[in-house]
Amino acid sequence: MTETQSPDTSSEAHVPASTRGLGNWLDSRTGYRALIQSALYERVPGGARWRYVWGSTLVFAFMTQVVTGLVLWASYSASAQTAWESVYFIQYEMTGGWLLRGIHHVMAQAMIVLLALHVMQVVIDGAYRAPREVNFWLGLVLMTLVLGMALTGYLLPWDQKGYWATRVATNLAGLVPLIGPSIQQLVVGGPDYGHHTLTRFFALHAGFLPATLVLFLVLHLSLFRKHGLHAKQPITQPDAMFWPDQVLKDAVAMLAVMAVVLGVILLPALRAILAGEPIVSGHLGAELGAPADPSEPYAAARPEWYFLFLFQFLKVFEGWGATGEFLGAIVVPGATLGVMFLMPILGQWKLGHRFNVLFTIAILAGAGLLTAMAVHEDYYALWADRSAFADVEKVLDSTGGDSEKIAAALGHDKKKIADFENRRHKLESIRRSEAFLSAVKQAGRDADRAVELAGRPEKIPPTGALSLVRSDPLTQGPRLFAQHCASCHAHVDPSVKGVEREFAKGSAANLFEFGGESWVRGLLDPKQVASAAYFGNTAHSEGDMVSFVSEDFADKEVWKQADKEAVVFALVEEAGLLKGTENTKLVKRGRELIADTDRCGSCHPYGENETELGYAPDLNGWGSTEWVVGIITDPTHQRFYPDTNDRMPRFGVASEGGLPALTSEQIELISRWLRGSWYRPAASEKPGAAAGHP
Amino acid sequence: MTAESHQEPADEKTKRRSFLTGALAILCGGLATVPPFGAALWSFFDPLRRSSGAATFLPLTDLTNVPADGQPRQFPVIADRVDAWTGFKAEPIGAVYVKRDEGSDRVEALSATCPHAGCFVELDKAAGCFRCPCHNSSFTLDGGIVAPSPSPRSMDSLECEVSKSGAVSVKWQNFYSGTEEKVARK
Repeated sequence: MTETQSPDTSSEAHVPASTRGLGNWLDSRTGYRALIQSALYERVPGGARWRYVWGSTLVFAFMTQVVTGLVLWASYSASAQTAWESVYFIQYEMTGGWLLRGIHHVMAQAMIVLLALHVMQVVIDGAYRAPREVNFWLGLVLMTLVLGMALTGYLLPWDQKGYWATRVATNLAGLVPLIGPSIQQLVVGGPDYGHHTLTRFFALHAGFLPATLVLFLVLHLSLFRKHGLHAKQPITQPDAMFWPDQVLKDAVAMLAVMAVVLGVILLPALRAILAGEPIVSGHLGAELGAPADPSEPYAAARPEWYFLFLFQFLKVFEGWGATGEFLGAIVVPGATLGVMFLMPILGQWKLGHRFNVLFTIAILAGAGLLTAMAVHEDYYALWADRSAFADVEKVLDSTGGDSEKIAAALGHDKKKIADFENRRHKLESIRRSEAFLSAVKQAGRDADRAVELAGRPEKIPPTGALSLVRSDPLTQGPRLFAQHCASCHAHVDPSVKGVEREFAKGSAANLFEFGGESWVRGLLDPKQVASAAYFGNTAHSEGDMVSFVSEDFADKEVWKQADKEAVVFALVEEAGLLKGTENTKLVKRGRELIADTDRCGSCHPYGENETELGYAPDLNGWGSTEWVVGIITDPTHQRFYPDTNDRMPRFGVASEGGLPALTSEQIELISRWLRGSWYRPAASEKPGAAAGHP
Repeated sequence: MTAESHQEPADEKTKRRSFLTGALAILCGGLATVPPFGAALWSFFDPLRRSSGAATFLPLTDLTNVPADGQPRQFPVIADRVDAWTGFKAEPIGAVYVKRDEGSDRVEALSATCPHAGCFVELDKAAGCFRCPCHNSSFTLDGGIVAPSPSPRSMDSLECEVSKSGAVSVKWQNFYSGTEEKVARK
């Protein structure tokens, strides 16, 4: 093997004299040749092998993170009002930002996998045994540092996902006895999450942790060099040099890692191409959720997949309270690391080594199993057939979940009850999974909307993207409606089949596309006005409006078809929702008819007519944002139903010394949402789209 | 000799083989680093792609605030501004000196940015001239160079418009500093 020791001297013959001269000059000043010599001509006992590549791929992965991380750093801004915003800018507006961030994000995950492989290879080969104990310990430190960087990096985009995952992680750190709360407060940068959480996490992620990692990596590599490569026994091939055989294997492995990373990033693009859809580069690579909002529940909160096993592990201790969390999040993982720390000592005995191998495999298998369990629980509804549990649902509905009533319904048959309980649990799992899946969907919609808002020509206000989201009718409207309005009002497209059941549940009108043409047509339709979609389930079901629509308005002698049309368009125009100009002529006629005291104006105040407020709602500005805000604020106001209001609360009026149920901003958000008035990007604004409702 | 000549082809073969292996290793390793370095450079040069957009006339003040006394007055330039992801509404984005000579309707505006190195030129009322606090460039009230000066050119004049109602607006532009010629930044 001595021949291979001298390739650099022999190769010098091929180098031009001038270059050689420069090389000699540099070498005499730096000694670089000896350095390269010692770096490349390390003896590999038994020759190059694939099983030795993991360490090198990890170094490669780390270097990738350093390169991409530094450039990300050049565009990232760590504060509660700029973190999400700057990441949005990187992902959606910077050239190649999606690729840069994608590589950083996916390579971080690849690093975890490579770590697991490296540890496995070292333990199985027994490479941790004397004299390499210290290097194994250094490796464990490196592993912890990499996990720390993964954890801290997750928060930096300051989106809902990272924010809630970090809250959980830091709260768990607070469970450490005595010093826990102080640790938590130090990491979080104060008693609450904010600017300093980001600056601290960023300093950890891009400063302390990588600097420490480099230090330990240098030690790890120099000890590796000192002791030489631990060859897997038995050695069957002759020894070889690190260069070029092992380097080739390492390089191929690195290339493979990079190919996988790129594949993960670009796979959705390929799928889009195959489906004939346009590729949105911002959607490739790393996800960006909606901006972090401590006031907005986030049921889709999950840690990154490689921490999912810890998340699931905590569930093992369900019902144990804080003790369980302390055990699951700190004691058991700590003990596992402790055992790993002892591995080199245990490994001195044959039995100990076997234990180490089994332990490592068991940990990895356990983590794999827990991950699978977590995924199974979350996505259960995707393959479980809920309709098979219709009978269970029926029993639960009729008994209200009361165990005695259930027992009675099942004829007090113990076997039946046990079977029922079993299936009830399954049904609950499906329901939980459905809730998770719909939360994930909602999170996706919120994220898309936040990105859409951030992309407006006006850009993001200095108060940050969260203020955009909070003042967006499309995001907030449905939530507020569900909370405050949906117990009485439906909001469902009436043209959907089987929707009558939804209307029947409510006790007030369906407000889908309220004020739009089809809503007004329904209101003035004798067949619909007294249905559950309008006044059917209210005290007005036998009121004057219903009798007017079903008698006078239906009378072809009194109301000509053209006049009826005119009234419809005049009302839609009043609401400000009239599309196009072809009906504007009718509007004028409609307004006269509405104001006419022999027609609508006999009850409704409108325009110049002198009908008094208080008997029927004011039709001036009917259905406009201002009008809707008014009726939500106080339906008993003179303009609306001072005497005939049917159960609708005065949402904007506070009782003495209290706060109103809804703030004026919230009421405006509901109104705007009901009327479909929210920001739409220019490209998707198609002429002739239904009254502004998607 | 026979032994040596016998060994030489084998040596050559090993050499060739290890050369090919080495070349392949460098190729693979090099390829693996292309995506991270490529993405890094691609994103890093993103700022070169951005421009401040075409210069536009921005409302400055009312003519009544610019008396015809030949004295420059400082006014902030207010405009909507986009800084990467943030959009600012009606923010001061710079300053100009505006003056109107005695008996004249013509309004003249000078950018307050020093053409030498971009510092903020101050109005020295006592001395009756402009002075840059950084490298002591001095300019007359009309913006002309007072020699000797580190500044290579006079202060940058900006186009002004006065509407019929008396609203003064200025065509806001930034110029490259340090050059003799006045070249607008894109």
